Amino acid sequence: MTLLVEALHLRKTFGETVAVEDVCLDVKAGEIFGLVGSDGAGKTTILRLLVGAMQPDRGQIEVCGYDISRNVEQARARLGYLSQKFSLYEDLSVLENIRFFAEVRGLAASEWLPRSMEILDFVGLAEFKDRRAGQLSGGMKQKLGLATAMVTRPTLLLLDEPTTGVDPVTRQDFWQMLIRLVSNSNDGNNGQQVSVIISTPYMDEAARCSRIGFMRAGNIVAGGTPAELRALLTGRVLELRGEPLFLLRKIAGEDKDVEDVQIFGDRLHLRIRSGTAKEVIRRLPRQVTSGQGRVAALGMVPAGLEDVFIALSESSHGGS
Amino acid sequence: MAGPVIVADNLTRRFGDFVAVDHISFAVQPGEVVGYLGPNGCGKTTTIRMLLGLLQPSDGQAVVMGYDAFHQTEEVRARAGYMSQKFAIYDDLTVLENLVFYGGVYGINDRERIEETLGLVGLVGHEHELTGGLSAGWRQRLALGIALVHKPQLLFLDEPTSGVDPTARRIFWELIYELAAQGVTVFVTTHYMDEAEYCERVGIMRAGKLLALDTPAALKSKILPGDVWDIHTDQLLAGLDLLPGLGSIMRVGLSGDHLRVICPRGLGKRELEKVIASAGLQATAVEAGEPTLEDVFLSFAKD
Repeated sequence: MTLLVEALHLRKTFGETVAVEDVCLDVKAGEIFGLVGSDGAGKTTILRLLVGAMQPDRGQIEVCGYDISRNVEQARARLGYLSQKFSLYEDLSVLENIRFFAEVRGLAASEWLPRSMEILDFVGLAEFKDRRAGQLSGGMKQKLGLATAMVTRPTLLLLDEPTTGVDPVTRQDFWQMLIRLVSNSNDGNNGQQVSVIISTPYMDEAARCSRIGFMRAGNIVAGGTPAELRALLTGRVLELRGEPLFLLRKIAGEDKDVEDVQIFGDRLHLRIRSGTAKEVIRRLPRQVTSGQGRVAALGMVPAGLEDVFIALSESSHGGS
Repeated sequence: MAGPVIVADNLTRRFGDFVAVDHISFAVQPGEVVGYLGPNGCGKTTTIRMLLGLLQPSDGQAVVMGYDAFHQTEEVRARAGYMSQKFAIYDDLTVLENLVFYGGVYGINDRERIEETLGLVGLVGHEHELTGGLSAGWRQRLALGIALVHKPQLLFLDEPTSGVDPTARRIFWELIYELAAQGVTVFVTTHYMDEAEYCERVGIMRAGKLLALDTPAALKSKILPGDVWDIHTDQLLAGLDLLPGLGSIMRVGLSGDHLRVICPRGLGKRELEKVIASAGLQATAVEAGEPTLEDVFLSFAKD
């Protein structure tokens, strides 16, 4: 399978700060690769290195078969980048914005005009092509941002937290578009398959990626398919329901085999030490009952990515 | 205080011919944690700004802690804290200096209260760090501290967790619960539906109108048009394209790595599986789902 991105042993520092340390990453054709991690973990720096916006201190990057340090122009011609704080010209119309970004990328009118109508159709903005960008809703701006990144018919899209601060409806629409783009049969990119690297703070979005890299302090500390990552906590997550919640929380939190307690809506997720499930399941209900509480259900559940995220981000903090 | 902390009565705000907030009415009781959801630009922030007396209502009125929000603004602001979406923190000041500065703005010069606030938001030990170097999660806690330094009885939080990772979000919500347990009333906007689940009541706004305000459980039972199902399949795209409108399926969307559909109440698993098969889809699993606020929110969006 073709590698669209191959990055080896990347390191990037800003003064004293090591933003990215020994990161290796590869993305195959047709994949959606998710970068997740805390703020400042290095996600944005990696994306900027991949688009050639900055040079790594060490390491190599090949994008779409081109060495970024030597052939950055050829590589860039094949990728679309949507930065976290992308800017649109609010006093230009939707179409004029696309035209601007197309011309910056060196496309002639004969190329960008049919292309932009095709993309606007795809993102659902065709009927708003003459509306000024400043008059668009937040969700529509997001779609226009994606459209500008797609104008060059990229083989690779790099999206830096495109859905942060966006409501669930817009996130749905945005992801349905991404899934169409990476599928072979999509109509948004002239039938050409697109691969995506996306950073996101939403674990439900991470669950949709082909593969994920969990970043922490400049490193990718765990990587794999969502199923592989969830398997890291197999047998270590219990779900506890009952009442009162605060009592359940307190009792669970004091248990010697419970490493972490989280509220998920009206229930608790307990992360327990490996191999202690049976004992905890036997022990906790008795303690809750003697504390005048009630356990409605307690049992093992498959770990969610949020459980994994929290476990991974805690394991290294060294108690800080 | 016996009466409601917030009473909005036909609260309305126009900007030119644009109606940002359209005759909304609601009341919030002391100690409640009320979540406020809605797309960007639906009027959430404008509502908060009117409740704080920062904007004059075009129509209707807001009474906050017994004071008219616009005409008795000083009284309201002395008792309410506000963490805005784009909070201003001085990057070239330390954590402590920022708190002392904003404390001064509210007339709090009491060193003990400043220390107490630092403890409340978990910033003890970081007093002398420059704010510019803090991560988003820490900055957000400082912003909360700034909103809390004058011991408000009511706290407005406008998308406080936007752009913050899951761990930091959790820590932040622990703080909110602690405050609520101390009797502080909290009014919070968010795009995270899991956060909304933790609120006692949740309001949903769209295009300036308050569509509903109720407990999460009541919203789920009243608003959702049917039962929720999770369908696991490798053919997500085909599912999104083929299932809507098929048989009795009312809505199809993505949820995590699978499809989520809403069907009329009482439709059995067998029947749903038949519908799926009739679309030529192969499902690896079809399971009854538990309704979430995300389902509620998405149901409102489609009409």
